[in-house]
Parts: sequence; structure tokens; C-alpha cells
Amino acid sequence: MAACWSCSGTVDRDGLFCESCGALQPPRLADHFARLGVPAAFDIAVPALERRYFELQRRIHPDRFAARLPNEREYSQQHAANLNDALQTLKSPVRRAEYLLALKGRPMRGSGQETVDDEEILVHAMEMREALAEAATPAAADAVVADARGQAERVTKELVTAFAANDLAGAARLTLRLKYLDKFVEDARERRRP
Amino acid sequence: MSLLQIHEPGQTPLPHAKKSIAVGIDLGTTNSLVAVSENNKPLVLRDAQGRGLVPSAVLYQAGSMHVGEVARAALQDHPERVVVSIKRLMGRGAEDVMRVADQLQYELDTSSGGMVRVKVGGRVLTPVEISGHILEELRGRAERTLNREVRQAVITVPAHFDDGARTATKDAAKLAGLQVLRLVNEPTAAALAYGLDKGAQGTYAVYDLGGGTFDVSVLRLEMGVFQVLATGGHVQLGGDDFDRAVAEHFLIDRTRMFGAEKLTSPDIRRAMAVARQAREHLTEHETGSWPLDLAGRLTWHSLDQATLNALIAPKVEQTIAIARGVLADAKLDAAELNGIVLVGGATRTPLVRRRVAEFFGRPPLTDIDPDEVVALGAALQAEALTRGSDALLLDVTPLSLGLETMGGLVEKVVPRNTPIPVSLAQEFTTYQDGQTAMAIHVLQGERELVSENRSLARFELHGIPPMTAGAARIRVLFSVDADGLLTVSAEEITTGTRQQVAVKPSYGLSDSEMAEMLRASIEHAKDDMTERLLREARVDAERLLLAIDGALRADGDLLADGERREIDRQMQELRRVMAGTDRTPILDGVDALNTATETFAARRMDRGIQQALAGVSVSALADRLVAGEGTRPPGAAK
Ligand SMILES: Nc1ncnc2c1ncn2[C@@H]1O[C@H](COP(=O)(O)OP(=O)(O)OP(=O)(O)O)[C@@H](O)[C@H]1O
Ligand SMILES: [Mg+2]
Ligand SMILES: [Zn+2]
Repeated sequence: MAACWSCSGTVDRDGLFCESCGALQPPRLADHFARLGVPAAFDIAVPALERRYFELQRRIHPDRFAARLPNEREYSQQHAANLNDALQTLKSPVRRAEYLLALKGRPMRGSGQETVDDEEILVHAMEMREALAEAATPAAADAVVADARGQAERVTKELVTAFAANDLAGAARLTLRLKYLDKFVEDARERRRP
Repeated sequence: MSLLQIHEPGQTPLPHAKKSIAVGIDLGTTNSLVAVSENNKPLVLRDAQGRGLVPSAVLYQAGSMHVGEVARAALQDHPERVVVSIKRLMGRGAEDVMRVADQLQYELDTSSGGMVRVKVGGRVLTPVEISGHILEELRGRAERTLNREVRQAVITVPAHFDDGARTATKDAAKLAGLQVLRLVNEPTAAALAYGLDKGAQGTYAVYDLGGGTFDVSVLRLEMGVFQVLATGGHVQLGGDDFDRAVAEHFLIDRTRMFGAEKLTSPDIRRAMAVARQAREHLTEHETGSWPLDLAGRLTWHSLDQATLNALIAPKVEQTIAIARGVLADAKLDAAELNGIVLVGGATRTPLVRRRVAEFFGRPPLTDIDPDEVVALGAALQAEALTRGSDALLLDVTPLSLGLETMGGLVEKVVPRNTPIPVSLAQEFTTYQDGQTAMAIHVLQGERELVSENRSLARFELHGIPPMTAGAARIRVLFSVDADGLLTVSAEEITTGTRQQVAVKPSYGLSDSEMAEMLRASIEHAKDDMTERLLREARVDAERLLLAIDGALRADGDLLADGERREIDRQMQELRRVMAGTDRTPILDGVDALNTATETFAARRMDRGIQQALAGVSVSALADRLVAGEGTRPPGAAK
């Protein structure tokens, strides 16, 4: 592990502070999983992830360094921004799956640019939109949305299996499906908004 | 010998004698407060009458300026010399402000372009300077009551303040000699005070309707972490807008009587002030009637609660619609909340309370004073930042940040409600063969069209190596710090040329204008020092006079008639110069009086010794010799 910028002492296990002088260290290259101290896997318990995030923010947030040296303030700002990005990315199953695929060298294309070459996903998405449009009562619309939510949960479970088996092609396809389902639920909510 | 002397001249302790302390300031549209916290116990600093609220009004007179109650009272007789609600103009450019309904209330000078200026009492001032004057008054109040130097503060801003208004607030603080430790969003500060005081856990909505701004935030409170889930609001929605509706109602009455009237900005300011009195009265009463003396004509106007409710209902509904949107952003239903906290004076309005209770499906919590809770939170955060704390605030961006793309559309880079601090990058490319520069236009807001969002900055990235259209990769990085302030940088990344530009958005105030204002404020700080020394000299003189009075009463018989007349004359002379604003004659007068009373002091001493020998205790003697000690002005609590 690299030495402390301030006293050349040893840096702690999390790579955050110097064990000798306590100085905050600059962020070292690490991925979001490493930043939050969890293994790089799809199967993650979000509450535990958030607890870990709070714990780390308590230690490195800029509010803790308001009265410290300018470079420590700068590092804390970078650490906190990284942590925020890490939590936002890993909290959402879709974004976590996309991120993990990229880490494993099989990135999906940039957001919104995927060409849907998967006929089945496309047809399914269109059917759901029609069902929503045809729903005569709010209760019927809610049922369509609830169904989409149920499907999203199932797809998420399948993703766990796919990633565990290191089936990246399968995982990519499931991720795309999950993305469509999420988008559908989101749009439905947006539409109900007055 | 001068036994009557209690202090050496110039030895009255100055406020900076003790270690300095950081305060929390709620810089409000209508009222401001300053508070301080020690050991997690925040306290609002009050004046001698026990008032914590300092009206955010400034009275500008020929050689002086007054902030607070005096200025607000002057609104009726000298509206042309008073500025109120200046917060509504913070960070606004000259063009931008012309679109704001407020323009009628102020006499604006937009001639110099850039930053808007207000004409008041023969001066032309920027909102930054005027806010600076309010902050200076608050700092002074803190220094006087705490008897400590105050150089650092946490200042609260509406969560919905844009980048320009935030930067302007920081600049105002600079003018007032304050370093801003952190800008904290008002509802977040309220939640902090509320959560720490009540030990609340769970998910809460804070509904903050003040004089000028409306915010609603949803927060999760858990083990000392205050995490904002979503926030929304409007920076031109508050009690002032209720006032405007009522004032218009009154003015329409007058139009019926006199036809269209030509009213000046001071007239409007006065009408708004009357409207506000009416509105606040109707919080407790069914009905009432109020005089309006404008353009030389006095009229009376009556108003009842039902009419008031009808006048303000559209504005109240607007707050409810915003609250609904924020709940949706937080992905929560009203029923999932653990409580609603009301903040801001305008939440006393009965219609507001009723609609909030209806919308959230439960009565709101009001057990901390809605006027003070924001300042208390700011003070807690000031303590946390300077001395550490177990609590942690995690806030979000209130408005989306993005860039102009083809066709006058906005591409969002940082969506609203993103936790801060944050650094997010987006890649763009060139759209022409051989293009070597790219214009970057930074915007803030939720709308699709560039023209409907707040423009924060424009800059150009040069030195892009000529390539075919679409080949260059321009990476634009948006960084928002913990104060919610943005820095944008851009670089071309394919070729490694690393041309980089970084900008901090400005809000129409150029660096040189700011430098000039700072210079002026330092001059002004010198005036403050003079003022402080003057006050100190007066206090010393007052003490001396009181001591001599006491001594004359006790031992006046020791003086011959001529001696007595001379002392009386000198005392009278000192009283006369004390009323002036020059310190030197006061110091001279004190010296002269000390000299004139030397013999008297010596005779008293002799008599004292004789009496002591006759059995009077020395401590009683000492007490007598320091008669006047009780006139020492009330010092700090600590
Ligand atoms: N009893 C009352 N009934 C109705 N409104 C009231 C009452 N008391 C105060 N208000 C209103 O509250 C507003 C001022 O509230 P507050 O002091 O919280 O605002 P502020 O903090 O100065 O403004 P902001 O937070 O928007 O910058 C004024 O519009 C005032 O008329
Ligand atoms: Mg307020
Ligand atoms: Zn070290």
C-alpha cells in the first residue's frame, strides 16, 4: 500500500487515513464495490450497503474536514463524491448490473443507445404499454404496474443466478429486460403525477 | 491620585479579547436570526428586549444606516429610505430580475448591466451589499452578546436557491467580514435542530414557507445521519406573495374610488407592509380594517378570513403541488412519513395549516418555534464544523444541472436530488469536420428548453485537434461541492491534448466589482472600529460620572463651594461632548475630570482611613471607593 502523503507513514486497511499521523489520504483508484468494501458481485443486500456508506461518510465527509488543511479538504470532497456515486450506482439493480458487466469487460452500450435486437423484449415492452393504455380504471392501471414490478423482481433473481454462473451474455440480456421494466414503471408513475 | 478611576482609558475589554466562535445565521427574506451552539445546545441570540428576530430591513440615511426593527418601523414614514425582502433579488442579473413580479417593490438600476442594483435613500446598492449590511448587524449582535470575536458562520439558504444566489450569499458574507463555513439548506437545518432536539427517527417532511421562499424536503433521520431524499420548492413563493395578493386587493378598491392611480415603488412597499399587518391579524381574528395613506389620499380597507383565503388559495395550492412532486421524487406516499415539520412564519396562516394537514393526512408538528428552528440548526452545524459532532448532514442538489446541446435543448448531467458532493462527467463530440473549439453553456433547471432554464456560465474549449465530425471526445465534468456550488471543467480526451478549462459560474457580479465592494467594506470596518472606540469612551466617561455622583452624594461636604462648582462644570462639559461623535474630546474630558477630582479623591481617602481606624471595615471601604461598579454594561453570559 502507498505511503502517507504527509509523513510517509503506513496507510490504513481502508486506504483512507494514515496510521501514524491520521491525515486523510487521496482517493486511490478503486471500483465502486471496493469503495464500499463489498465483494464485486451482483448479489448485494442494499441495507447493509447503505450502512457501510453512512459509516464511511461519517469518517470522510467534507463537514468533518472544514477546519483542516486545504488538501485534506479536497481529498474529502473527492472521497465523498466517489462514495455518493458508488452508492447511487450499486443501489439500483439495473445500474449495478451494468456496472458489473463493464467491470467484467462486457459493457453494455451507453444509456439510451442500445438498439433492441432482442425481438422478445421489444414485443413484451409494447404489450405492457398497450395494457397500461387500455386500463380503464386507476385500479386496473395499478394492476399492470404491479405486474411489471413483479416481473422486475423475478428478473433481478435470475440476474443473481446468471452472475453467479458468470454467464455474462445471459446477464446482459436480463439487464436489458430489467431496464425496460424499470423504465415502464417509472413512466407509469410519471404519468400519474398531476 | 485618581481613586475614582475604575478603568484605565482604553482598557475596557474589546469583544475580541476572548477566543472567537462560529455562529449560525438564518438570513431570511423577512427576518434574520443569529444563534450559537455550545455542547450541542443551540441558543438564539436576543436583544435587550428578548427579541431574537432581526427584521431583514435596512434604513439608509445620510451618514448612517440601521438594520432591523428601526428600519422596519421607518417603512411607514420613509419607505424611500428602506429596503426590505432583498433576498428575493440575490444572485439575479439585471435582465433576469425584470421578469420577477417584485420589480415594482424596488427602484432598480439596471443601467450598468450585469448585476441588478437598488436605489434607496440616495444610494445605489447591489443586493449583495445590502445583505452584507444585514449580516454585519447580525455579526455585531453576536459579538456584543457573546463578548467574543465572530469571524465564521454557517449561513442557511433556501434549498431551492440556484448557484447564483448561493454564490451571492457567500459574497455578502465576505463583505460582512464572515467566512462561510458552509451554506446549509434551510429545511435541512430545521431537520437537524428538530431531530437532535426531539430524538426523531424515521422519514420526515419539512414544509418551510417563509417570507419570500418555499421549500419542502423529505429526509431520513437515522442514527445521527440526516439524509435528504428529495427536495423541491420555489424561490419566489412566500408570505410576500400573499402580501402582494392582499395589497392588490386593496389597490383595486382604491381604483374603484379614484380610477387608476400613479403609485411609486415606496407606495407599493408601504401598501405591502399594510397588507402584511392585515394578513397576520387575520391569523387570530375573523375580520379587521386597515388604513392606506398613499399619494396623499387616505382610504380604509376591510378584510375577512374568507376573502383572504380566496386571495391566497392559488399560492397555497402551488405549495401543495410542489410537495406532491417531492414525495414522488422520494418515491414515498404521504402515509409512509413519520411526521411533518412546519417551518417559517407564513405557516401560521390558518389556510396553510389546514391544507398541509389535509394533504399529508395528519396534523403537522410545530413544537419547535417555526421562526427559530432554522437558525438553531445552523448553529448546531457551525459547532459541528468547528468542534466536531456525531451528526452528519447528507444533502442533495435541488435543481438539475446540464449543458446546451443542438437545437436549444438541455442535456442533463447532474439530475436534481443527486447526493452532494458529486462529480459527474458527460462526453460530447464535435458536429463539424475540423472543428477546433466548442462552446459550452451551463444551465440549471428542469425545463427542456435552454431559454427556460437559468444560464449559469458560458465558456469555450479551444485547441481541439481538427478531426472529422464526431471523432473528438470532449469530456465535461460537473463538480458540486458540499455548499451546493458548481465547478465545470472540459477537456478533449482522444488526443491527450488535455486542453482544460474550469469555470465557476458568476451571477453578474464581476471580480473587479466584488474587489471594489470588499475594499469599501474594509473602509467601513474601520468606521466600525471608530464606532466601537467611541462607544467604549462613552462607557468609561459614564462610569466616571456615576462614580463622582456617588462620591459627591456621600462626601460632598469635603469640597469648598468653588471646588464644587468647578467639578460640576467639568461634569457638564463631559456630558456635552459625550453626546457628540468625536472620541477625543471625551477622552480629554475624562482626563480633565480626573485631574479636577484629584484633591477630592485624596480628601475622601483621608476620611476613609480615619473612618477605617474608627472601626469601618476595609472591605466596606473598598466597596464605597468603587461606587459605580454596578454601572458596568451587562457583559457576556460566559
Ligand atoms: N401570525 C402570522 N400569521 C400569518 N403570517 C405570519 C404570521 N407571523 C409571521 N407571518 C409571516 O411569515 C413571514 C415571515 O416568515 P419568516 O420569518 O419565517 O420568513 P423568512 O425566514 O424571513 O423568509 P425566507 O425563509 O423565505 O427567506 C412573513 O410573510 C410574515 O407575514
Ligand atoms: Mg426562513
Ligand atoms: Zn501520515
